[in-house]
Amino acid sequence: MAFYVVQFLTGLASAASLFLVASGLSIIFGVTRIVNFAHGAFYMLGAYVAFTLTERFSSAFGFWGGIVVAALAVAAIGVLVEMVLLRRIYHSPELFQLLATFGLTLMVEDLVVLIWGPDDLVGRRAPGFKGAIDFFGQNIPSYDLFLIVLGPVVLGVLWLLFQRTRWGVLVRAATQDRDMVAALGVNQKWLFTSVFALGVFLAALGGALQIPRDAVNHAMDLRVIVEVFVVVVIGGLGSIIGAFVAAVLVSELNAFGILIFPKISIILVFLVMAVVLIVRPWGLFGKPEAPARRTPGLTVNPWRPLTTNERLAAIAVLVVAAALPFVAGNYLLTVGSEIAIFVIFAVSLHFLMSVGGLASFGHAAYFGLGAYGVALLAKMAGLPMIACLLLGPLLGLLGAAVFGFFAVQLSGVYFAMLTLAFAQIVWSIAFQWVSVTGGDNGILGVWPSSWAASPSHFYWLSLGIAALAVVILRIIVFSPFGFALRATRDSPLRSEAVGINGKRIQWTAFVIAGTVAGLAGALFAYLKGSVFPDNMGISLSVDALVMVLLGGVETVSGAVVGAIVYKALNIWLVSQTDLSKLVLGGFVVLIVVAFPKGIVGTLEAFMHRRRKSSSSASSPLLTSRIESAE
Amino acid sequence: MSMVPTLLSVEGLTKSYGGVHAVRGVAFELRAGEILALIGPNGAGKSTCFDMLNGQNIPDSGRIRVLGAETTGKKPRVIWRMGVGRTFQIAATFPTMTVRENVQVALVSHGQHLFNLWASTARHAREEAGRLLDLVGMGAYAERPCGELAYGDVKRLELAIALANQPKLLLMDEPTAGMAPRERVELMRLTARIAREQSIGVLFTEHDMDVVFEHADRILVLNRGTLIAEGSPEEVRGNAQVRAIYLGEGLLYDARHREGASA
Repeated sequence: MAFYVVQFLTGLASAASLFLVASGLSIIFGVTRIVNFAHGAFYMLGAYVAFTLTERFSSAFGFWGGIVVAALAVAAIGVLVEMVLLRRIYHSPELFQLLATFGLTLMVEDLVVLIWGPDDLVGRRAPGFKGAIDFFGQNIPSYDLFLIVLGPVVLGVLWLLFQRTRWGVLVRAATQDRDMVAALGVNQKWLFTSVFALGVFLAALGGALQIPRDAVNHAMDLRVIVEVFVVVVIGGLGSIIGAFVAAVLVSELNAFGILIFPKISIILVFLVMAVVLIVRPWGLFGKPEAPARRTPGLTVNPWRPLTTNERLAAIAVLVVAAALPFVAGNYLLTVGSEIAIFVIFAVSLHFLMSVGGLASFGHAAYFGLGAYGVALLAKMAGLPMIACLLLGPLLGLLGAAVFGFFAVQLSGVYFAMLTLAFAQIVWSIAFQWVSVTGGDNGILGVWPSSWAASPSHFYWLSLGIAALAVVILRIIVFSPFGFALRATRDSPLRSEAVGINGKRIQWTAFVIAGTVAGLAGALFAYLKGSVFPDNMGISLSVDALVMVLLGGVETVSGAVVGAIVYKALNIWLVSQTDLSKLVLGGFVVLIVVAFPKGIVGTLEAFMHRRRKSSSSASSPLLTSRIESAE
Repeated sequence: MSMVPTLLSVEGLTKSYGGVHAVRGVAFELRAGEILALIGPNGAGKSTCFDMLNGQNIPDSGRIRVLGAETTGKKPRVIWRMGVGRTFQIAATFPTMTVRENVQVALVSHGQHLFNLWASTARHAREEAGRLLDLVGMGAYAERPCGELAYGDVKRLELAIALANQPKLLLMDEPTAGMAPRERVELMRLTARIAREQSIGVLFTEHDMDVVFEHADRILVLNRGTLIAEGSPEEVRGNAQVRAIYLGEGLLYDARHREGASA
């Protein structure tokens, strides 16, 4: 019995830190409507800065002062980020905001390694809370008891802050109606900045308080952000009470889940989250959101299939690409195969994002499932390559069918957070279920059959499948199903009113996208001869998002160009620098801020404007309206 | 009494929010080819009533039947499949598609082809979409992007979309809101003509009393959640209670003067 009580108290102690981070995210979202993906990065920075300060000043005053100063310092960094970056993107579609803050996360990860090194850092124990208290033969660290008290205290302080201060009233007002608050003469800029600073302070404090309990390392940002997303999805975005209750719930589920499924306790949390989403899609304490802004800006020129000339041009490009083995060596052909595979992966996400308006932040899960499907079939069942390529992606289909069912119940940022959480779950299963997946060591020796083994043959195979995937997805875009999907994206209200079951349409699209991604993963397994948990990692999901964005979200097949450019650049970059995440993150931020239409989108807008200006003599009024709409 | 079948029948429709009766015991019928207006001051329960009819809100009690089939509490998409078209107060269309494609989507849905992944939508029901657009006077705009249209044209397009399933009943929530006066008259004349030709029943809510008195065959007056008057425009105009509610707004007198002037 005592054991369970101690387990319960451990859970409560973990909840404190989680609550601090989640409440910060919720407060920021409430006012700015930005889901701050970089929140985990601020949490991690808080831990690192606190580590340095507490090592330097080791007295009791130095320790506790160091923790507070670390949180304040990171909050100051947050203010800088808000003023330099976020102010530029408050009016951007939420996908771009998520991506920009994600780019920031990537940059911080590399910077942290650069400054503090790649190894885990073990911090000192808290002065005054070094011992443990005996509870019927079980030990409870006294620091845990401190954290258990701290959580409710912070909740109380936040409550007082929002109920009793003028600033708190303004924040609550802005949470309800930003425009009204602005109309009343409140300086929005500084309100947003101060709210962001408070949110970041809470995240950094949460990180700093973790150092007596856990080693500090450069992967803690993603671990915490996934847990925080789960917390706010369960508790409801924007609700502080919700964050508290859900943080306790999630931490307790983790604490007791370990007793039931020792390796994959996160499954229990996932099940609870699934139930909450079905019963209350906006979380336990959240309010239903008004329909989200459409992800891409309003496209003025509707999509159309390629003309005959454009088709011929596309075939010509394909023929040129197919001639590569006659001029290039083996290395280039392997690079070419990899690019072709990533074209498949990118167009599958593009289909979901652009046509379906569903920006998945965990699309790599289905890529990885396809890869693992192939590896398991080839290694365990010993099936031949053709059979594996056909059956392997079915694992991606299965995963997409299960997760997609839940994901499409939500939209916008909730959808993004949920898909990310799902991908992390799949990743941790691959990572922890060592007996089947080999864990971190992956599955090795997945080699293609002899007919596809040579680099040129494998290149042709990848190229052929990529071309097929692009063509099939384009056909679907212009099929009745594609129109129904776009209709659901354009206007949920109108599509429902003309008999379209939007959720089922979106679910089907999710399964299609997941299956195609699985196909890409299947080919990838054969290309590399092995699969690893990283084949379904977050950075791969972000790669796909960047490819789509780079090509142009509002285009039909821009992702093809985005994938080629990005992958070529990426392969070159990795060979040039060790700080690829830093460069990549900076690149993502740059695209979002300076180049939101992407390569193909920008070209199309340019062509469109030229065509319009040549016909503008007949209807000048019309042109001016188009331009103002753009 | 009449050979014209009852299209819509509403009995005892009730909805309350936290003890406040938004709608209480509303009952009425609508016949094919009839144009029925639902009016009342702000907060009278028009929107609540309307949302229950089109499936966006579930009544606490009461029954709604369309051509004898129960629609109470059904989802909007199901009600649409039972032959009820609708337009919104703020027109809802698909802005990234052309005008013709907007109508084609509705036709695809009507023909139950939504899960066809292979066919070309461009060739699907092209002529039928063109006919519907001609019907609302939008034929010349068929290939234009919907996002470029003026608002009055978007309203017409929305009407064409609403007609795509050959509805028996058309629900129009403030059809002329946000339109210029001349466009209002044109849209309502168009609606009335189509309703008579195809013998569609129309139920609409409206704030503009000129529109109501000029186009409605019959008027329902809602106040504080209950029906307080029902009848022809003449009868409603003469109703003392209705006058009391609208007194000071001057709208009813306006309408009479207008009619007197045009007669």
